Amino acid sequence: MSTQASRSAARTMLSPAVILLFVWMIVPLVLTLWFSFHRYNLLTPERYGFIWFQNYANFVTSPDFWGAIVNTLILVLGVLFITVVGGILIALLIDRPIWGQGPVRILVISPFFIMPPVAALVWKNMFFNPTNGLFAAAFHAIGLRPYDFLGQAPLASIIVIVAWQWLPFATLILLTALQSLSSEQLEAAEMDGAPPVKRFWYIVLPHLSRAITVVVLIQTIFLLGILVEILVTTNGGPGTQSTTLTFLVYKEALLNFDAGKAAAGGVVAVILANIVAIFLMRAIGKNLDA
Amino acid sequence: MGQITLSKVAKRFGDAEVIPPLDLIIDDGEFVVFVGPSGCGKSTLLRLIAGLEDTSDGRILIDGKDATALGPAQRGLAMVFQSYALYPHMSVRSNIAFPLKMAGLDKAEQDRRVEGAAKVLNLTNYLDRRPGQLSGGQRQRVAIGRAIVREPAAFLFDEPLSNLDAALRVGMRLEISELHERLKTTMIYVTHDQVEAMTMADKIVVLNAGRIEQVGSPLELYRTPRNLFVAGFIGSPKMSFITGAEAQKAGGATVGVRPEHLRVSPSEGPWRGTVGVSEHLGSDTFFHVHDTGLAPVITVRADGEVALSHGDTVHLTPQADKIHRFDQNGLRI
Repeated sequence: MSTQASRSAARTMLSPAVILLFVWMIVPLVLTLWFSFHRYNLLTPERYGFIWFQNYANFVTSPDFWGAIVNTLILVLGVLFITVVGGILIALLIDRPIWGQGPVRILVISPFFIMPPVAALVWKNMFFNPTNGLFAAAFHAIGLRPYDFLGQAPLASIIVIVAWQWLPFATLILLTALQSLSSEQLEAAEMDGAPPVKRFWYIVLPHLSRAITVVVLIQTIFLLGILVEILVTTNGGPGTQSTTLTFLVYKEALLNFDAGKAAAGGVVAVILANIVAIFLMRAIGKNLDA
Repeated sequence: MGQITLSKVAKRFGDAEVIPPLDLIIDDGEFVVFVGPSGCGKSTLLRLIAGLEDTSDGRILIDGKDATALGPAQRGLAMVFQSYALYPHMSVRSNIAFPLKMAGLDKAEQDRRVEGAAKVLNLTNYLDRRPGQLSGGQRQRVAIGRAIVREPAAFLFDEPLSNLDAALRVGMRLEISELHERLKTTMIYVTHDQVEAMTMADKIVVLNAGRIEQVGSPLELYRTPRNLFVAGFIGSPKMSFITGAEAQKAGGATVGVRPEHLRVSPSEGPWRGTVGVSEHLGSDTFFHVHDTGLAPVITVRADGEVALSHGDTVHLTPQADKIHRFDQNGLRI
């Protein structure tokens, strides 16, 4: 039904929103690129000047860079593994008709409603704290010396915190996928002689593959940007043991006040995130087709 | 072999008794159809036999062995579901091979049996497609193929044709009948469509509210329905029931006449009424006759094309020897 006139009218009507969004996106991006090619340290603003790729070179060759990349990958993969596996198990569990199903489901989902800094602080002070924490009390109760989680295994502890936050999301998506599986398919598999484990492997898991893809893609995007949890628990330490790429950029910008190098780091992070995204789409994106 | 005996089998969901204790013997090689209105418990009964539901009471014997406590896989039965329940992420080949894979057969044997089933069902060209790329009838055949390869003691069909369009349904009806002729395996078939029941069955089991109303061959049920329910359910269009003085005169509390056992004439006959809707099918014409004072509406079948239109007065003559008489309780006299 769209005529030439109505189409151009539609374009005219849409354009303010599109232009606004475009400006909203392009200005910060261009500014970041601009700063990334300049020497611009907020502590010595008078030494401002164009320096080509010097910021990039400095960022990539800094001793913390490769460690940060490894830490980022460990964090993302660790959280993905825990949330997907744990999410499937919890979804299977609460999909069954159990007593108090409603409250249980709400409880399972509740971590998602807690703000990241609050969650991180609760974990830091009430669970992981080696003197006052619940885990310390539990260790004492069975006669062991408390373990300093954030001091001894900082990255693993952060993975636990972040996984705890994202588990509800994975569970929710996987639960809805599970509920859309037709019971006749499972019954058919049962008649075909598949025991429960094989029914899960051959019927349930393939059915969940699309939901798992969605969980992995969405979580990866958010997990690459994890900052607050690190900031309020370990501050990237001890040393650089829990410094991720995001945290490195944060450190350059707001601890070293090197806006130029931080901008370069930001651009590097964006490029790496895109590489990861391309790999992910190649590897599992085909699940979303058809 | 596939002889199935139900002895005092009952099913309760909580307090609701869906199937009161019933007995039924299904002989080896028989094509048995469970038919009844929706909610009569026919699907539940099939699922009890399949082992997908636990019996609340009674025993199920398959080939003389007690199978009541066996799981669905151990009973040696195969089922075709209403939604076909194909595995959407597997190719047709993997779908059909799935039960064989679960049984741990080696790859060569799996392939041999899958090819065999595909040939029987005309699926050879579709083996590498996904179920989503097939038409309804083809999916139906894949579901049947998945059942055949197991070489089960009996096939269970749960309204397998209800998702197909009318033309395809007639075709698949024939294919399933032919399959039964060829395999000679026991088949239990659930449907609400009495035409399917009449055309396919060796033995029809008419169910109503979980109870067996009558068991018999299609023509037995047609000729001698045991009660009002079976009389009204079997036959299309439905039998017309007449009560009151005219029925008393014929010797029953209720008298039933099938549309094909009434003669219609513009001038002579004992029952008089006005023509309502007429349905012209070419080979037959069905008239709905009102205002007879005997029943709200009487359906009449006439051969070929009969020129009677809405509002015409007609006279009906029942064939005396084809009248069904029922007593006060609805039982056949």
